[in-house]
Amino acid sequence: MSDKVSPPGPREAVATGEPLLVAESLTKHFPVRGGFPVRRTVGAVQAVDGIDLTVRAGESFGLVGESGCGKSTTGRLLTRLLEPSAGRILYRGRDITHASRKQFAPVRSEIQMIFQDPYASLNPRQTVGRIVSGPMEINGIEPPGGREARVQELLETVGLNPEHYNRFPHEFSGGQRQRIGVARALALEPKVVVADEPVSALDVSIQAQVVNLLQRLQRELGIAFLFIAHDLAVVRHVSHRVAVMYLGRIVEVGTRDDIYGRPRHPYTHALLSAVPVLGDGASPRERIRLTGDVPSPIAPPSGCRFRTRCWKARDRCAVEAPPLARADGSAEGHLSACHFPEPPATADSGGAVRPGGRSGTAGQPGRG
Amino acid sequence: MLRFLARRSLGALVIIVLISAITFALFFALPAQPALMSCGKNCTPEAVALINKNLGLDQPVPVQYWHYMAGIFTGRDFTVGHCPAPCFGYSFSNQQPVWGTIVDRFPTTLSITLGGAAVFLVVGVGIGMIAAAFRGTWIDKFFSSLSLVGNSLQIYFVGVIALAVFVSGLHWMDNPAYYPITENPVKWFTGMLIPWLVLSIIFIANYSRMTRSQMIEQLGEDHVRTARAKGLGRRTVFFRYAWRGALAPIVTIFGIDLGSLFGGAIITEFTFSLHGLGRLAVSSVSETDLPTLMAVMLVGCTAIVVANIVVDAAYAVIDPRVRLA
Amino acid sequence: MTAFLSVRDLSVRFSTEDGTVRAVDGLSFTLERGRTLGIVGESGSGKSVTNLAVLGLHDPRTTEIHGEIMLDGQELTGAPESVLEKLRGNKAAMVFQDSLTALSPYYTVGRQIAEPYRKHTGASRREARLRAVEMLRRVGIPQPELRVDDYPHQFSGGMRQRAMIAMALVCDPELLIADEPTTALDVTVQAQIIDLLQELQQETGAAIILITHDLGVVAGTVDDLLVMYAGRAVEQGPVREVLRAPRHPYTWGLLGSMPRLSGSVDEPLTPIPGTPPSLLAPPPGCPFHPRCGYVGAVDGGAGDRCRTERPGLPPGRGAACHLPEELQRSVFAEQIRPRLG
Repeated sequence: MSDKVSPPGPREAVATGEPLLVAESLTKHFPVRGGFPVRRTVGAVQAVDGIDLTVRAGESFGLVGESGCGKSTTGRLLTRLLEPSAGRILYRGRDITHASRKQFAPVRSEIQMIFQDPYASLNPRQTVGRIVSGPMEINGIEPPGGREARVQELLETVGLNPEHYNRFPHEFSGGQRQRIGVARALALEPKVVVADEPVSALDVSIQAQVVNLLQRLQRELGIAFLFIAHDLAVVRHVSHRVAVMYLGRIVEVGTRDDIYGRPRHPYTHALLSAVPVLGDGASPRERIRLTGDVPSPIAPPSGCRFRTRCWKARDRCAVEAPPLARADGSAEGHLSACHFPEPPATADSGGAVRPGGRSGTAGQPGRG
Repeated sequence: MLRFLARRSLGALVIIVLISAITFALFFALPAQPALMSCGKNCTPEAVALINKNLGLDQPVPVQYWHYMAGIFTGRDFTVGHCPAPCFGYSFSNQQPVWGTIVDRFPTTLSITLGGAAVFLVVGVGIGMIAAAFRGTWIDKFFSSLSLVGNSLQIYFVGVIALAVFVSGLHWMDNPAYYPITENPVKWFTGMLIPWLVLSIIFIANYSRMTRSQMIEQLGEDHVRTARAKGLGRRTVFFRYAWRGALAPIVTIFGIDLGSLFGGAIITEFTFSLHGLGRLAVSSVSETDLPTLMAVMLVGCTAIVVANIVVDAAYAVIDPRVRLA
Repeated sequence: MTAFLSVRDLSVRFSTEDGTVRAVDGLSFTLERGRTLGIVGESGSGKSVTNLAVLGLHDPRTTEIHGEIMLDGQELTGAPESVLEKLRGNKAAMVFQDSLTALSPYYTVGRQIAEPYRKHTGASRREARLRAVEMLRRVGIPQPELRVDDYPHQFSGGMRQRAMIAMALVCDPELLIADEPTTALDVTVQAQIIDLLQELQQETGAAIILITHDLGVVAGTVDDLLVMYAGRAVEQGPVREVLRAPRHPYTWGLLGSMPRLSGSVDEPLTPIPGTPPSLLAPPPGCPFHPRCGYVGAVDGGAGDRCRTERPGLPPGRGAACHLPEELQRSVFAEQIRPRLG
C-alpha cells in the first residue's frame, strides 16, 4: 500500500483548465404514478431541477449535499446512466445529451464512473483480471503489450499486487475492492471520472488510503474528477472547486476556499457548522441548528427551496427563486443562490447569525 | 384498499378474457374437427355439418368466441334447447351442460383443497417454527431430515401405501370418497381424511423448510434484536416480531398453491378415485371434450388470478409498508 | 466503592464454521451515573459486541462470554434470562444505528414505544399510549398525538431515530447505550440527535455509552473515551486528553486518516497501512503491531516485545503500547502533531 504522493500541482493552472464536462439546466424528474382507474403520471420527484455546472480538464470538482439532494442522480445523468428530462450535457463542447449508443461510444471510454459499494459493484464470479479488462474488451481496445500486461500495470497503479490478477473479489478487503473499482475505471484512460461516494462505505483508516490514491491519480494522470460525497471534510480534502446541492438545485458553488472559508448561502453555512470536528472541546464552535427535515422533492417549497428551514427567510423567498449568481463581496466564480446571503466573512467567525425560532418540524432552538 | 381491489379485479378480468381467448383460439382453431368426436362411428358428412351447425361451429372463430363468452353471462340457445347462464356449452362426450358437471365436481376439489391446505399449513408452518426455535439442535435436524424424506415422496406412492395399510390392512377407515358436508359431516370428514393427509405430505415438507428459513432470517433482523433489547420475553419476540415478518412470504406461496389446487388436485383425485375438477380436466383432454376442457381451464385460471389478488390484499394487511393504490 | 457500571476482563468469543472469533478480548472499563463514555473503533473492533454483551443480547449457543459485568452492584455475565429481561429496556436501554431496520415495520411507533413500558411497569394500554405520546413530545416529534399511530416508514430518518430514543428512554433507564446513533443520518440531523441525547442526559442523569466510528462525534459529546482495535482497548482517558495528546499509534493513525474542515489541505492524509487483522487468528503480542510504524522504537529497535508480549492498558489515562510513556508523548508532539494541521 504505497501511496506515494507527488507534490501538489499548481492550483491556478488547474482552475483555468478548459471546460470538459458541462451541465446546462440539467433536469431529472422521476414520474410519480397513480390515479384510477388508469394509472397515469400524477406528479414528479424533482430529483435534479435545472442545475448548471462545469468540470474543467484536470480539476477535481466536489459535489456535496445531504441524502436526497440529487447529487447521485446528477452523477448518473452526466455519465448517461440516466436520461435527463431536460437540459443539456456537453462534453468538450459536444452535445451528448441525447447521443445514441453509437454516437456516445467514442466518448464513453473517456467518462468513467466509480461506485460507492465496493461489494455490490464487482461481479463476484469474475476474476480481478476480467473485471479490470472488461471495459477494454467491451470497447475492443487492444493496448500495446496486451490486455493482461495493461491490467497488471493498472493494479500496480492502484496499489494492488499485480499477481492478484486471477483472484476473485471476495478474497479482498473493502478498501482493496474499491481499488479494483478504481483500476477498472482507469482501464480506458478516461479524461473524467465521476466518483459517487467512493469512500463512504469504508472505515476511516482505509478511507484515507483510497482518498490518497484518488488524489494521487488525479494529480499524476491529470484526470478530471467529479467527486460526489456527503462528507464535507473528504470533499474539502480532494476538491479544487465545490458545489453544494439542496433539494435538486445547486445553492452555492466556488473554490474550496470560497465554500469552506467564506460560505454565502445559509445552507452551506449551516451544513458546515453541523459537521462534528475534533476540537479540544474548550472553545465550542458556533453551531447553527437546522430544524426539521428536508422537504419532499415531490412538492418542493416555492421560491427558494431552502426557505422552510432557513432562519433568514422573508416573504420574497417564497415568491422568487434566487438565481445562482455572484453575491456582493464574493470572489470571481463564487456563486450562491440566496436573496439574503451571509456576510462575506470566514466560516469560523460567521457565527453572527443564528437560527431564529422558526417554526419547523421537529424543531429545537439552536444553541449558541 | 377498495381502489386496489377494484383495479386488480378489472385487471384480472382482462387477464381471464385474454387467457380464454387464447385457449379458445387454440382449441377451436385446431385442425381437429370437434364435430367428428361427437358424431360417433357411423358418421356422414351431412351429420358432421349438422352437428357443426347445431354447435355453431360453422361460424368464424371470433364469432364463436363471442357467442361463447356471451353465453357465460346470458345463456345461450342451441338447436337442442336453451342452455341457461352460466352456459359453457354442452360436453362433446356426454352431451350434458358443462356447467352442471363443474358444479357437480367442484365441491370435491374444494373439500380436498381446503382440508389439505389446512393440514399442511398448520403442520408445515408449525414444524418450521419449532425447528427455527430449536435450530441447531437434534429437534431441528430431525425435522430437517423428515422434510427431506417428505419432499422426495410422491402422492401416488404414499397414497397407495396409506390405502393398503389403513383401509385394506387395518380396516380403520373406509375407502376415501366424497360425501357432501351438508348431508353427513362425519362421513365427509372420514372420507376425506386420507386424501388430506397424503396431499399435505409434500406441502408440509415445503412449508416447514420455508417457514424455518424465514423465521431464522427474521430472528436475525435488527428489529428483533431491538425487541429483545427492550426486555420483551423470548416468546413475545418470537411470535410477535419474528413470526410477523415471516408471515408475508408464506402467505404469498400459500395463496398461489391454493389457487392452483383449486384448479384440481389431479394426482390426489386419481389416487383416491375422487371425482373432482382435476379428474374432469384429464378425462376431457383424453376425450377431446373441448367445451369441458375450456370450462375447467377458465375455472382454474380464475382461481389462480383471484388467489393472487387475495394474496396481494393480505400482504397489505400484514405489512403496512405495502401501500395499495 | 464500585462504579455504576464496571466491566472487567470481558472477553466475547463466537464459534463460527471457520473457527473461534475473538471479538472482544480482555476489555475493562467503568462508567458512573451522569457520565458519558465514548467507545471509538472501526468495524470489527468489538465496540458493538461489547455493548450487546452488557445486555446479554448475544446468542448463548454460539457465544462464550467471560469476565465480569457489574451494573449497579449486580453481576450480569451469566445472569439468568429472566433477570436480564427485567433489566433490558428498563434500567439499561439501547439505541441502535439504523432506525429503519431496527424498528419493526409491522407495528406503529406508538405501540413499539409503549410495549416495554407496559412490560416493565404493568401500565394499562391507555396509560402506555399516553406515555408514548409524552415520550414522542419529549424527543421533539411534532404533533405526537397524531404521529403516535404512524408506522416507522412514515417517519423521516431523523424522526425515526428520535422515536427510537423515545423507546429507549420510556422507562427512564439509568444506563443508555447508543450504538452509532447518528451514523445513518445526514450531518444536520446528526447534530440534532446528538444535542437531544445530551439534553436528555442532563434531565435524567443517566449514564451513556456512545459507540461510534467518528472521532468528531465523540469530541464535543463524551466525558471519557475508549479506543478499541481488534477486540481490545488500546487507549483510554478523558476525551480532551486523548484527543489533544493521544498516545497509541493506532489513535494517531485514526487522527491522521481524518480529513479536516480547516487547516492545510496540501498535506496528504496519513492513513494506517494495511488492514485490520482477522479475529479468527489475531496476531500474537500487540494486535496492532503488523500495521504499526513504531515497532522499531520499542526496546532499542528489535520490537520483539510487540510481537510476543501483549501490552497492558493502564487504568485511568493511558495506552496499551510498549512504547515508554515519554516516547509516546514526544513522538506525538514531534512527529504526529505537526502533520495533523
